[in-house]
Amino acid sequence: MTIDLTQFHDAFFDESFEALDSMESTLLKLDTGSPDSESINTIFRVAHSIKGGAATFGFGEITSFTHSLETLLDELRGNRIAISPQICDLLLKSVDVLRAMLAATKAKQPIDAQGVADLQFDIELVIVHREGASAAAPLAANSSAASDLAAVAAAGAEQPGRLVEWQIDLRPGPQFFERGTDPVRIFRELAVLGNLMVTAHLDALPPCQDMEPGRCYLSWSLSLVSDAPEAAIREIFEWVNADCELTFRASQSSLPMPAVRVPAAVVTLPAPAAPLPAGDAAQPVPVAQSSSAMDSGSIRVGVEKIDELINTVGELVITHAMLSQISRGISGPGTEGLRTAIQQLERNMRQLQESVMRVRMLPISAVFSRFPRMVRDLGQRLEKQVDLKITGETTELDKTVLEKIGDPLVHLVRNCIDHGIESAAVRAATGKNIAGTIHMNASHRGGSICIEVSDDGGGLDCERIVAKARAAGLVGADDNLSREEIQELIFLPGFSTAEITTDVSGRGVGMDVVRRNVSDLGGKIEVQSERGRGSQFLITLPLTLAIVDGLSVAVGDQTYILPMMSTIESLRLSPTQVTTIADGREVFAFRDDYLPIIRLYRFFGLTPRARALHDGLVVVVEGAGRRVGLFVDDLLGQQQVVIKSLETNYGHVAGIAAATILGDGSVALILDVPDLIRSASRREAA
Amino acid sequence: MTRPSTDPTAAAQGAMSQVLTFVIGDVTYGIDIPCVQEIRGWTAVTRLPQSPADILGVLNLRGAIVPVLDLRLKFGSSNVQYTPVTVIVVVSVMSATGPREFGMVVDGVSDVIDIAAQDVKPAPDLGNAASAACIRGLATIGGRMVVLLDVNLLLGKESAAAGPEADRAA
Repeated sequence: MTIDLTQFHDAFFDESFEALDSMESTLLKLDTGSPDSESINTIFRVAHSIKGGAATFGFGEITSFTHSLETLLDELRGNRIAISPQICDLLLKSVDVLRAMLAATKAKQPIDAQGVADLQFDIELVIVHREGASAAAPLAANSSAASDLAAVAAAGAEQPGRLVEWQIDLRPGPQFFERGTDPVRIFRELAVLGNLMVTAHLDALPPCQDMEPGRCYLSWSLSLVSDAPEAAIREIFEWVNADCELTFRASQSSLPMPAVRVPAAVVTLPAPAAPLPAGDAAQPVPVAQSSSAMDSGSIRVGVEKIDELINTVGELVITHAMLSQISRGISGPGTEGLRTAIQQLERNMRQLQESVMRVRMLPISAVFSRFPRMVRDLGQRLEKQVDLKITGETTELDKTVLEKIGDPLVHLVRNCIDHGIESAAVRAATGKNIAGTIHMNASHRGGSICIEVSDDGGGLDCERIVAKARAAGLVGADDNLSREEIQELIFLPGFSTAEITTDVSGRGVGMDVVRRNVSDLGGKIEVQSERGRGSQFLITLPLTLAIVDGLSVAVGDQTYILPMMSTIESLRLSPTQVTTIADGREVFAFRDDYLPIIRLYRFFGLTPRARALHDGLVVVVEGAGRRVGLFVDDLLGQQQVVIKSLETNYGHVAGIAAATILGDGSVALILDVPDLIRSASRREAA
Repeated sequence: MTRPSTDPTAAAQGAMSQVLTFVIGDVTYGIDIPCVQEIRGWTAVTRLPQSPADILGVLNLRGAIVPVLDLRLKFGSSNVQYTPVTVIVVVSVMSATGPREFGMVVDGVSDVIDIAAQDVKPAPDLGNAASAACIRGLATIGGRMVVLLDVNLLLGKESAAAGPEADRAA
């Protein structure tokens, strides 16, 4: 019976990546001064389960590397090596290397062998250093493969240099082979530890005609002369000891080949046995136990299955809208019952829709978790002390949004460290805490998600920004700008932060890219900053990309949907409120501002029902950092609409984000407000 | 979607292909049957802003948003009216990004005919007429000339990227 192991590869990779994430976050939380043993055990478990999995699937390089790593961790666990920041760095690098190895193996690409070997050498060095000179000599003489790290690792663990002859009886249960266990692999691993002799007992073999090919009839007696600690030897049997009877006898000897065999102790191991260290007990179940937060009976489902479900629910929303529209148009006996049923349907459907949407929701910690590492590394490189505070990481948002918000956030945080937080000297001089703080927070606000990134650094330098903007011709020489307007300038294309800030790396990322990424997700970004006190960036995002809360407006014979997130309010203007300035451009006063009016019928080339501004309505919308008034014939109502791509069968249309299907089956276009504002101003300029 | 009978010997010779014919004005056009998704009556479409004049807009085809191209406008027909008997032929073409569907407005659908490969003659040089670029060949069936169109070339450059082999694949 052969089992195709490749079917488990994906699960192994997924679990390993998750395990590495948890290892990384544990490492970052680790206090090098007084490390707690539970954290080290967690890290150890991760390394161990990856090693086990990799060995099962025959990923040799990963097995070898994790073995070295595990040895180092074992030393840490036994307090034989103290945890220093250097060790922490080494472990973090190991996480990176392992991640790269796993990714390469998953993609069936070659592994960066040099990088792996270098790090493995560093790890080896740390282990050898602690062993000191006394251990080094017998080690080299004894192990058949001195270069093999497994040997180095195992040798140092408990009683270096003391040879023990182990008599091990391995009596497998009948299902031994069926579970995919390969005894030869075990023997091979043992042979690495020392001098091994294997005797197979064939006496249980039945005559050929009675033999079941999948059944194990063999048993083995092993004799191993090794200086490896008992735990290291037992560990090799870890993956099989549930399926077999295992007897260990040890006789100690100082001779390379023992003359007398004295059985010293007999231990029979039924399943996970008592003398194993605490950390080992949980190992056969890899990730599920190592991160208790996620063991509550979850299943892995392909994203495409969920998307299919969401699409179907989307269709249901449309069908419901059709039904209720039809029911409004009919009368007669029984219609009352029909309407009640449709209302009931609506309630159930909303519930279904919410539940389905929740399936796609993931906590934002998946994105936030990469920042402690990044802040630490970048802080080190720029020689700034930066503390990262993360709150609201359990806030959930759509998986697609989640995947796409990572990069903009990285840019923001990088900018905060690079340009926001001052050097320690400057901070000390201004009476601030030497360590700067970056705070990331996520929260739900109405139907949207707010992500805040704030720092307590120098804040935006308005004068420099204005000077820079004037030099670049982005604002006129005598434009009088409010502070908010100035701060908005940093989001303009061509306004590189690298040029406005003085010190450090100058490797700034244009904030316009950040803004574009955010608005591609249907969200917006704002900045508030106070000179000397720090800056705060506020990103507002829709909960999901599949459905949008929209305001439907009528223009001529067409219906358009305005995303609620972009709309501020709608109003009817009287002729006196509107001023026509040069080239027929119309503006009106809104709160403390003058906003231009975009006549949608003109933009789309339609014949409107209302041409005079007071006959129609103006919807104030916001996008691309600007507010404008959109002139429409009428408001039709507010509704949730399912987003349908225009680009699948057609292509991108300026000012249009997507399409949707209305209750009567007709298509309505969803406006892309930032794009609309940009194209409208381009057209006016032309 | 109906497929032509795939008699292996006929296919090996590349002998016969099935073609849907339709009329615009006085001219009969033909397109390969395998790319035809459905034929439907005229329904109002939603206009797309800033689109070429022959793109009328988009319609809802069982939940998908499908653009509608007025082939009569594209080929310069003078009499363009939208009545309940106006027909939209929905076709599917392969593009670089996957299958794409679009509707074509024609005056009326006529027939499904078999055309032998050797009966297809290359089109004469028609200059720069909009229709010329989309013509795969000409065939005469029962004394009537049929202009065979390559649907991959009708909806602009993106859909043509996949090349004309897409519609022969079936």
